[in-house]
Amino acid sequence: MNAPRLVIEVTRAWGPAVEGEAVVSAEGFSPRYDLDRWSGVITKRGHKLEGVSICDKILFFPTAKGGIAAGWAFHDIKHKGIGPKALCFGITNPVMVQGAIFAGMPITEGWSQDPLQCLRSGDWVRVDPAAKRIELLRRP
Amino acid sequence: MRLSAEEQAMAAGERGVALREAIELQIAVGEFYGAERMVAVTNAHMMGDIEVMGDAGLEHLRRLAEQGAHCRVDMSTNARCFDFDWVERLGQDAGEAGKERRVIEHLRALDVATTDTCINYQTIYQPHFGERLAWGDTGTVIWANSVCGARTNFEGGPSAMAAALTGRTPEYGMHLDAARRGTFVVKVEAPLDDLADWGALGKLVGEPHQSYYHVPVFTGIARSPGADELKHLGCSLASYGSMAMYHMVGVTPEAPSLEAALGGNPAREAVTVTAADIESVYASYRNQDASCNFVVFSGPQLSLWELKRLAGLFDGREVHAGTTVFVTTSSALAAQARKLGYIGILEAAGVIVLEGVCVYILQNLSAMRAANRWSHMISNSAKIVNTITAHKFNTILRRTEQCVEIACSGVFR
Repeated sequence: MNAPRLVIEVTRAWGPAVEGEAVVSAEGFSPRYDLDRWSGVITKRGHKLEGVSICDKILFFPTAKGGIAAGWAFHDIKHKGIGPKALCFGITNPVMVQGAIFAGMPITEGWSQDPLQCLRSGDWVRVDPAAKRIELLRRP
Repeated sequence: MRLSAEEQAMAAGERGVALREAIELQIAVGEFYGAERMVAVTNAHMMGDIEVMGDAGLEHLRRLAEQGAHCRVDMSTNARCFDFDWVERLGQDAGEAGKERRVIEHLRALDVATTDTCINYQTIYQPHFGERLAWGDTGTVIWANSVCGARTNFEGGPSAMAAALTGRTPEYGMHLDAARRGTFVVKVEAPLDDLADWGALGKLVGEPHQSYYHVPVFTGIARSPGADELKHLGCSLASYGSMAMYHMVGVTPEAPSLEAALGGNPAREAVTVTAADIESVYASYRNQDASCNFVVFSGPQLSLWELKRLAGLFDGREVHAGTTVFVTTSSALAAQARKLGYIGILEAAGVIVLEGVCVYILQNLSAMRAANRWSHMISNSAKIVNTITAHKFNTILRRTEQCVEIACSGVFR
């Protein structure tokens, strides 16, 4: 395997390693405020990712918004087949962590480099919670 | 994590599958945060409605009930997405309502008290200083930490359920002194006359400081605030800022002084909020076609005193033809407010009073919005102005009297 083009170290992490397409957001996230939980599309008017599907993506959000709903919501959207592959936060909150673990969805918090500065939506990335790192593998 | 003998027995499956899975979730969360141990909790409060948990969540609860799981500590439930008396009239899905009834059945089998209220702290349980809890809805958490000096993190539905089953929660975040110290100071130079002003203050402070680890310290509050005012401030801070705690010098128990509230933290930043700042919140909403046929008093549910005041404002008036006004409260408070005549006044004016629900989680809300041509939602709650937005509402915060005026006149101001 080729060496990653870039490595981001994360502070805290849980879950199995996954690879997928990155979606990088400049705005925080709540599955209840921002997401249509029947389509997997971010529908909040004016959200910086309005119209973007999170299905099968590796999501990068600077912050978590709200909210207790994430405790159930990740589990729900995963079973509906529209969940993301992993959640990477700058700063998250416990409900996102509880909800991601309950859903079996990898989650990380804190990063050595801001993804907004070094990653782009569409990049192919690998999240390795055990090694506490995120790797940029390919850029289309 | 250091686990007690009982916790090890749970993790080994000696107390059954349900407890093993519950404590495994708690251990994973605890290890994520570097928690050293579990702490016993005395009360739990969970969000569990079919709209948020979906079929997979319902199945989780069914399985727990089938396994014979049983709460070790008292647990109440948050607002849900159906008032069963209104399913047909609101055009809600009968199949989903049936599922919501099954959610309630499973929860009761687990010995959960399905109180269906997001204001348990005003109606069901008042924790004492230092008491450990496992609460969720965020509004309940920020109240417990800030106003009571109790200790709880945001606990999502499955996590609160796990805590109720095991009787404990991992000790991290708001359970630790370090996370409870103030991180920045907010000097309030605004009069804050209406509940919406308190919500606007929460928006102004929460939105630019979005972090669970931020704990604002309010100073300069000119008078002793009432419970409903602190409720709207807390709900707004939690919603816009994802915050779980604030201090108010001279008001909340961990803030006898600014120094005590900061607990040795440097005041990294000082924010001043003036009356003009509060006005700027109201001025920030756009309503180009002046649509105002949907007015909501909900999220959080109304206390008895809010119902009383609102009844006073609607007394002898009538909701404008074509406008819908929703008020939500708990079934217990609704029963009392009905006896006291408040709900009679509201209903005579044409207000719809819903019990045990919150408007932003009503099942089928997006379709309801489209069918009724509600493009804008006007409310005195800053929280619901933020939380309802995934349903494609344009939302507008207005003071309580203005909301009533808009509801009765059909004219947007």
